[in-house]
Amino acid sequence: MHIHLFDQFQSGSSFLHRLDARVKIVVGLVTILAVTLTPTAAYPAFVLHGCWIMFLMIAARIQVRPVLKRSLIALPFALAAITLIFTVPGEVIWNLPLTHWAISQEGLARFLSVVVRSWLSVLIAILLSTTTQPTDLLWAFHALKMPSMLLGIISFMIRYVFVLSDEGTRMHRARESRSASPMDGKKPKSLLLWRFKVTGWMVGQLFLRSYSRSDRVYQAMASRGYRGELRRLGTPKLETRNLILGAAVVLVAVIISWSA
Amino acid sequence: MLLSTNLHVPDGFLSIPLSLVGWLLAALLVALALRKTNIYLSERQVPLMGILASFVFAAQMINFPIAGGTSGHFLGGALTAILMGPWAATLIMTAVIAIQGLIFQDGGLIAMGWNIINMGILTAFTGYLVYRLSARYTSSNRTALIIGGAVGGWLSVLIGAIATAVELAVSGTSALTVALPPMVGVHVLIGIGEALITAAALVFVHRTRPDLIRGSQIRPTDQSAKWIWVGLSIVLLLTMLSPLASSSPDGLEHVAENTGFSEQAQEPSYSLLEDYSIPIKGDANLLTILAGVIGAAVVFGTAISLGRLRQIEKTEEIDAHTSI
Repeated sequence: MHIHLFDQFQSGSSFLHRLDARVKIVVGLVTILAVTLTPTAAYPAFVLHGCWIMFLMIAARIQVRPVLKRSLIALPFALAAITLIFTVPGEVIWNLPLTHWAISQEGLARFLSVVVRSWLSVLIAILLSTTTQPTDLLWAFHALKMPSMLLGIISFMIRYVFVLSDEGTRMHRARESRSASPMDGKKPKSLLLWRFKVTGWMVGQLFLRSYSRSDRVYQAMASRGYRGELRRLGTPKLETRNLILGAAVVLVAVIISWSA
Repeated sequence: MLLSTNLHVPDGFLSIPLSLVGWLLAALLVALALRKTNIYLSERQVPLMGILASFVFAAQMINFPIAGGTSGHFLGGALTAILMGPWAATLIMTAVIAIQGLIFQDGGLIAMGWNIINMGILTAFTGYLVYRLSARYTSSNRTALIIGGAVGGWLSVLIGAIATAVELAVSGTSALTVALPPMVGVHVLIGIGEALITAAALVFVHRTRPDLIRGSQIRPTDQSAKWIWVGLSIVLLLTMLSPLASSSPDGLEHVAENTGFSEQAQEPSYSLLEDYSIPIKGDANLLTILAGVIGAAVVFGTAISLGRLRQIEKTEEIDAHTSI
């Protein structure tokens, strides 16, 4: 798998793309907050939130289909909330056959609300990451007073994550090509252990390669004058237009949640 | 179907008050980690930690099958803490979780505080502590160290999972009695994968770069790590159990009714937000959690200062020795 952080970004020139990254981060967080604070079973509000997010996506002219596909990432976690349909007391709507477990209406509503809220939140987070370059997010967080050492670490990570993912893929490929059928003369049980051992060695190997790579990177950067700080050619001024636009976007979500 | 279980809690599953507590705790601990690492790390370490964060990210793509058609993935917190020390590992894991949440939506943004604690800080300190204990009581026998690393890796996954389950239960997203047994069961198995990979990786590093392992043993965090861990677990326990301990979740309202406070509080002359139904209204929980955090912060602070006191004593001892 080829991992590239910038793959998540879809370039464009819509108003969301041009919105100041600082404003966009705050807008994103507040909108997620508003969505997660929508009361349980407030279905009209959920639909309105969904429509609003969809409108923003279309307005930002990003491809909706890959976004919807990506948004399913949090769905498996719904498993954690499924117990709600049995444990929340309320009107029984269906008895699970062969057990004494009963599904309650209230429980079902709570469960659905949790899943919908989480899905909407994921959509908003996707909207943020598809309309903002990772490097723009970085300086925006810097402007929002995140500790610069942490941001320095994250900025290196952004630059090297695909290098190391590719390195891992290459190691994996090399292993596959040299031991195509590990079944030779091995019992399945020892095979599993063997797999873990090889995987662990690969992880160790990857660690050492990362370690020595960071040495080379540091030396190269030090020779060019690196002093351990994040640098950027000036921070753009925060325009009032951007602030008003951001406030307007936030307001819609907040009003939807409040009126529910 | 291969169902991947992981601990990245998305937004919407944790209650807002609890999420804010998580952010607060995570911010405090990350700030502490920044201070601790700044003492013995220089700007040289920024590329190192950034690239190691990429390493953890790449290593986390390793999936392994567990029973029942599900698969788990390598977390790496314990291994990183063993090789780099727990404070550096805290920063590395924070970077990993931040990128996963921000760019890949793997884990929520509002829930990120707890994600950092569950998968970063708890796993790092658990793994490191078990490893250090095995080093201390076996005078750094190699086999014992590897086993210590394996147990540390196993326990780190388990503790991360338990913490996640408890947070979900406190938020009212799942019932602890129903959700905890399967959660623990699955992660006992995932933990075995983590343990085996951690151990094998340690064996490999031992064989090829023993200097790195020795280097990690002289980090100045050894003494304080135990205290931090003790403090952290107390914080977590108190914070999470505080709302559970109250048999009636509306304890505050009950008190208000008894004291006639509610009559005073009712019916404001003019209401801007009628039918104001944002769940912050469930203040009883928020207050108990806040009270828990304040209490726990005191304990935590005491634990840290105790640890520091011991460390100062130790360094003074060393100074005294060297000055002779």
